[in-house]
Amino acid sequence: MIEQLFSDYTVRTIALGSGILGIVSGALGSFAVLRQQSLLGDAISHAALPGIVIAYLLTGSKAPLVLMLGAAVAGGAASAAVIAIARSTRVKFDTALGIALSVFFGFGLVLLTALQKRPDATQAGLSNFLFGQASALVEKDVLTMGVLGMAALLIVLLAWKEFKISTFDPEFGRAMGFPVGGIEFVLTSLFVVAIVIGLQTVGVVLMSAMLIGPAAAARQWTNRLAGMVSLAAIFGAVSGVAGAVWSATGQSLPTGPLIVLSMGVLTVVSFLLAPARGLVWRSLRDWRNGRQLRLEAVLIDLYTLASQHERVDHPHAQAVLDLMANPIRGTSRSLTALAERGLARQIGPNLWALTAAGVARAQTLVQERFGGIGNHGA
Amino acid sequence: MQSRDLAIDVRDLTVAYREKPVLWDIDLSVESGKLMAIVGPNGAGKTTLIKAILGLVKRAAGEVLIYGKPYVRQRNRVAYVPQRGSVDWDFPTNVLDVATMGSYGRLGWIRRPGSAERAIAMDALRKVGMDEYADRQISQLSGGQQQRVFLARALVQDAQVYFMDEPFQGVDAVTERAIIALLRQLKDAGRTVIVVHHDLQTVPEYFDSVLLLNIRRIAVGPVSEVFTEDNLRLTYGGRVGFVQSAVRSAADAK
Repeated sequence: MIEQLFSDYTVRTIALGSGILGIVSGALGSFAVLRQQSLLGDAISHAALPGIVIAYLLTGSKAPLVLMLGAAVAGGAASAAVIAIARSTRVKFDTALGIALSVFFGFGLVLLTALQKRPDATQAGLSNFLFGQASALVEKDVLTMGVLGMAALLIVLLAWKEFKISTFDPEFGRAMGFPVGGIEFVLTSLFVVAIVIGLQTVGVVLMSAMLIGPAAAARQWTNRLAGMVSLAAIFGAVSGVAGAVWSATGQSLPTGPLIVLSMGVLTVVSFLLAPARGLVWRSLRDWRNGRQLRLEAVLIDLYTLASQHERVDHPHAQAVLDLMANPIRGTSRSLTALAERGLARQIGPNLWALTAAGVARAQTLVQERFGGIGNHGA
Repeated sequence: MQSRDLAIDVRDLTVAYREKPVLWDIDLSVESGKLMAIVGPNGAGKTTLIKAILGLVKRAAGEVLIYGKPYVRQRNRVAYVPQRGSVDWDFPTNVLDVATMGSYGRLGWIRRPGSAERAIAMDALRKVGMDEYADRQISQLSGGQQQRVFLARALVQDAQVYFMDEPFQGVDAVTERAIIALLRQLKDAGRTVIVVHHDLQTVPEYFDSVLLLNIRRIAVGPVSEVFTEDNLRLTYGGRVGFVQSAVRSAADAK
C-alpha cells in the first residue's frame, strides 16, 4: 500500500515538497523558538497574504516564484514593522506582533475578496494560500522550494557561530565586534524564506506551526544546539511526509492541516515522553522522590519511638505512627515497603518494630539530616 | 604619565535615554594593572558606563580610548563579563561551549572554534574550578557556577582589560573566593580589571582603586584616599545611616 503510494508520481512530489518544507522550517524554527520569537513567524506568514495578492495584481502571473517574492516582501515588511514598533514605542513585542499580524492579514482578506468579485476566473487558486493546497504542487514548485531551502540551510551552516552567539548572548557578541543587528536581520530574512517555502502547501494560517512545533519538540530530547536544529529538521521532514501520505490514503483530506496534525502528535509525544524534560518522567521522578521521603520519615519516626525504650526493636502501634506522619495518607504503604526492604517487620496486628538493619539505616539518616544542625546549636 | 600607559581613558562621556541624562560628563583614566570597583546607588549608571565604554549603548557625547586607541580598534584587548541574568540559561548548550564563545571574537567571521580553542576553554574552566562541569547542561548550574562559567569565557578572551558587571551578585562563598583569587591573578599579571560592585563593605578588602558614581563622577582614586564617609554620602545622598555603617565596617575590616 505504502509502496504503491510512493510510486505514484503526484504523491511522491507532494511528499518531497512537504518534506523539504519540514526540514527548512524545523531547522530555522529552532532559532525562532530560542530567540523567543515564535510568534514572529505567525505574523510573517499571515502578512504574506496581501503580498501574494499584490504580486498577482501587479504581474498577472501565478508563477510560484512571483507569488513567493510577493509573500517574502510583505512578510519582511511585517517583521520590520513589528521590530520598529517594539523598539521605538513603549508598545511591547507581543502587542506589536498582534497589530502587524491582524492588520496585514485583514488587508490581505480584503484584497482577496475584492479580487474574487472580478468577472474573469484567472485569479482562482489564490485563496488556496489560506490553508494551502499541496495537491497543486508540481515538480517545478518542489525544485524552487529545494533550491531556496538549501540556500537557507547553507547560510545557517556557514554563520552557525554567529547565529549562536547572537541568539544566546547578543550583547557579548556585539562587544566582541559582531554586527548583531545585521546578523539578526539575516536570521529574520531566513525565517521569511522558510515560511514562504511552505505557504503553497500549508497555507498562511497554519504555517507558523511548522516553525514552532518541530523546534519545541526537538528541544525536549537534546541539550545541544546542533542536536536541536537537526532533530527539528528531522521532525519537520517526518511530519511533512506523514501528512502527505496520510492525505493520499484518506478520503481526500487536505494535506496542510494533516502535516500540522502529524507534527502536533510528535510534539505532544515529545512533551510527555522525552527523557529528563518529558512530563511523564518528571512526574515519575517526583512520585519516587515523594515515596522515598515518606518512607524515610516513617523509618525515623519508628526509630524515635524505639529510642525511648531499652530495646530498639520495641514494637509500636501503627496508629501512633499515623499520628506522627501525614494523617491523610497514612503509613500502611510505607510500612509495607519498609518490610519488603527488611528494615521493619510486623509483630502483630497493626504493631511494627525496626529490624537491626532498620536501626542502622535510621541512625545514618538522622546523622545526615540533623547531625549538622545539632552541632551548630551547641 | 603618558596617555599610552593608560589602559582606559574616558573623556566627557555623556549618555542619555530620551531626554534624561544617565551619565553626565564622565572623565575616567585608569592606569594599566589597576583593580577598580565602580560603586554607586541603583540607577547611578554603573552598568551603563561599562556598556557605553564597550559601545553597547549609544553615547551622546564623549570619547573612549583603550590603550590610546578607540575601542573599535582594540576589541581583542578587552573582555566583558555581562550580568548573569542577561541570558537565558535554558539555552541548549553546555559549560565548555559557553566558555569557548570567548574565542569567537579572535576567530572572526565563519571560522569555527576547533580543538585549540576548546583546550584554551578547558584551561579557563580549570582556573575557575569548573572543569569537572565541562559537559554539564548550563540550566543545571547554580548561580555561582553560572558566574564562574561567564568568568571562564572572559578568560578565554585573553584580554588586557576586563569589564565585569556585578560578578559577585548572588553568588555563594566558594564562588566569591574563586572570583577574588582570579581578580588578583589578573592584576598580578598586569591586566586591568574594572568591576561593578554592590557590597560597600568589601571594597577596601578587594580593590585598590574605586570610582564613586551617581550619574556624575563623584570621586575616583585609590581606595585609601577617596573611599571616605563624605564621598559616600555625596554618592548615596540621603541614606546616611547606611553609609555610616558601611564605612565603619569597612574600617573594621582594615
